[in-house]
Amino acid sequence: MSDLLDILLTAGFWAATVRIVSPLIFGTLGELICERAGVLNLGIEGIMTVGAMSGWMWVYQGGDLWGGVIFAASVGALFGMLHASFTVYLGLSQHVTGIGITLFASSLSYFVYRMLLPSATTPPKIVPFQNFEIPILSDIPLFGEALFNQSPLTYLALICVPVVWYVLQKTPIGLAVRMAGENPVAVEAQGIDVLAVRTGAVMVGSALMAVGGAFITMSWFDAFYFGMVNGRGWICVALVIFASWKPGKALMGAFLFAGLEAMQVRAQQSAGAFIPYQFFLMLPYVMSILAMIVMARRAQYPQALLVPFRRGERV
Amino acid sequence: MQIELRQHTSLLRIGMAPISAIFAALILCSALIIWAGVPVLEAYALLFKGAFGSAFALKETFTRSIPLIFTGLAVAVAFRSKFYNIGAEGQLYAGALASVYFGTGLVSLPGYLMVPFLLLVGALAGGLLLLVPVLLKTRLKVDEVVTTLLLNFVVLLMVSYLIEGPLRDPMAMGWPQTASIVDEGVLPTLMSKGRLHAGLIVAILASVLIWAVMRFTVLGYEIKAVGFNAKGAEFSGVKINRTVILTALISGGLAGLAGVSEVAGLKGYLTLDLSPGFGYTGVAVAMLAQLHPLAVIPAALFLSAVYVGADSMSRAVNIPTYIADVLVGVSVLAILVSVMLTRYRIKWRK
Repeated sequence: MSDLLDILLTAGFWAATVRIVSPLIFGTLGELICERAGVLNLGIEGIMTVGAMSGWMWVYQGGDLWGGVIFAASVGALFGMLHASFTVYLGLSQHVTGIGITLFASSLSYFVYRMLLPSATTPPKIVPFQNFEIPILSDIPLFGEALFNQSPLTYLALICVPVVWYVLQKTPIGLAVRMAGENPVAVEAQGIDVLAVRTGAVMVGSALMAVGGAFITMSWFDAFYFGMVNGRGWICVALVIFASWKPGKALMGAFLFAGLEAMQVRAQQSAGAFIPYQFFLMLPYVMSILAMIVMARRAQYPQALLVPFRRGERV
Repeated sequence: MQIELRQHTSLLRIGMAPISAIFAALILCSALIIWAGVPVLEAYALLFKGAFGSAFALKETFTRSIPLIFTGLAVAVAFRSKFYNIGAEGQLYAGALASVYFGTGLVSLPGYLMVPFLLLVGALAGGLLLLVPVLLKTRLKVDEVVTTLLLNFVVLLMVSYLIEGPLRDPMAMGWPQTASIVDEGVLPTLMSKGRLHAGLIVAILASVLIWAVMRFTVLGYEIKAVGFNAKGAEFSGVKINRTVILTALISGGLAGLAGVSEVAGLKGYLTLDLSPGFGYTGVAVAMLAQLHPLAVIPAALFLSAVYVGADSMSRAVNIPTYIADVLVGVSVLAILVSVMLTRYRIKWRK
């Protein structure tokens, strides 16, 4: 128990938590936007992979870091468009399309990586985002260092949470997105194009997922490895349910998970002798399942989630 | 753009759907081959030769199709009742675990009993693993897609622990792998040369059996009814939860069989790289087969040919083997569209 306290009182633990939370925030917000508009996006795992690869590759080929982030986001949005043209315009199964996009996007990432770097045995590295220390605030002990001495992408993730909340809750566009996921017929009655709203939401959401992937290769690490996303996308899907489709709760959920993962890495060092490391690595997945069990009964699904909308069709 | 239901869908159209999807996928992926600087037709000819060009290649293609038939069936059965089991990968490893747990000396039976016994425990392990998500779905309404996906990672870590710890073969020179299946439990090879094993017969029997169940039994009817219209099925007296749970047990069991047949027929022991994603490819197999149990066999053969052929193609010319995975992903998307076009037509103007 005192070990646990020791971990909680180190700045390193909190800094690691805030680092680990960033891709989860991007991914969860991205999935949340898609689902709020009524589209389940199981392409997330592949879109994060393609974001990780394309952002990194942009920089490796000589581009600058922010250019890489924008490139990753655009590639993500393209895959979002592909997803939307299948699920929104053609009304095809969202489950199967999502799995198809994941298979396609991740294998395409690996293919492109191997094409451009055919003989790389040790993954080449880039100069990733450096931590940006916010003066004064970062002098606060423990939390200051953790929250205010981070990569700019982490700040971007944290800023995205209130922005997404504000846009969804307080703007006409957000209202249209939420209504497209609850009652698309009503949106149509207002003269708004449901299909366009849904497509836009899926594209924006997918762009965020891709930036989450890019964070892993451009800020957390400095190289692209195979199987790097490693189920983080699926954890984000679980987090959206855990968060009841609310951005604020998504942030809390993501922090809970990141804290657990940071703790797990440190606990491995102290308890690794008694408990095999695999059980620590299992924790995030098992916790995701548990989180879904806890929240399932209270889950307020968007009413039109998974339901394709066809203009002029009776409900 | 308007989407309209067709009045009539001809059998020819249904049959053509997967073939046109495959052609579409091959054409789309030729962009990548052009990028790699290889003439497209030559590359595909190499792929075809690598998969079917010699007796050896043919045997490899058939061998590799065995786990895909099982996982394809697992996905097809589950998707029929709209139970989205994406966890065939994990269930495959559960089956493999059961087969090495019971098959490496714990139980000794004569050969004609040992093989069926291992198949049985493997199927049970796969089914039991899927019981967790299905009960969570029927009891607590937890979405099964995410739970089955997440369990894949949990199972893989469990396997990693077991083959490094309790189930590690002390004679394996420090490699993390289990001991080998006893001789009585090994699925015999079908031909004197090559690795093609009796798992193929089990897989084909399983396809026929599942087809018969779906076609001629009440359970099969109920599975289809639940998938087609759950509310309607409930009104006419189908117990939905019971049907979904049974579907899940069958589906998980089939995926578990894939693990047993890979261990007992091919590798002999269990390592972490037993399956290069057979569970996920199973989704593609099932979709190409349009969820039909017998069509799973040619679909699995086709995708296995893609993998085997791509391996040999990438050795001959400079194209990364990942082209096979891209082809699989694109075919999943292409088949969705082509099946839709059998039932609907798109009108671009009103």
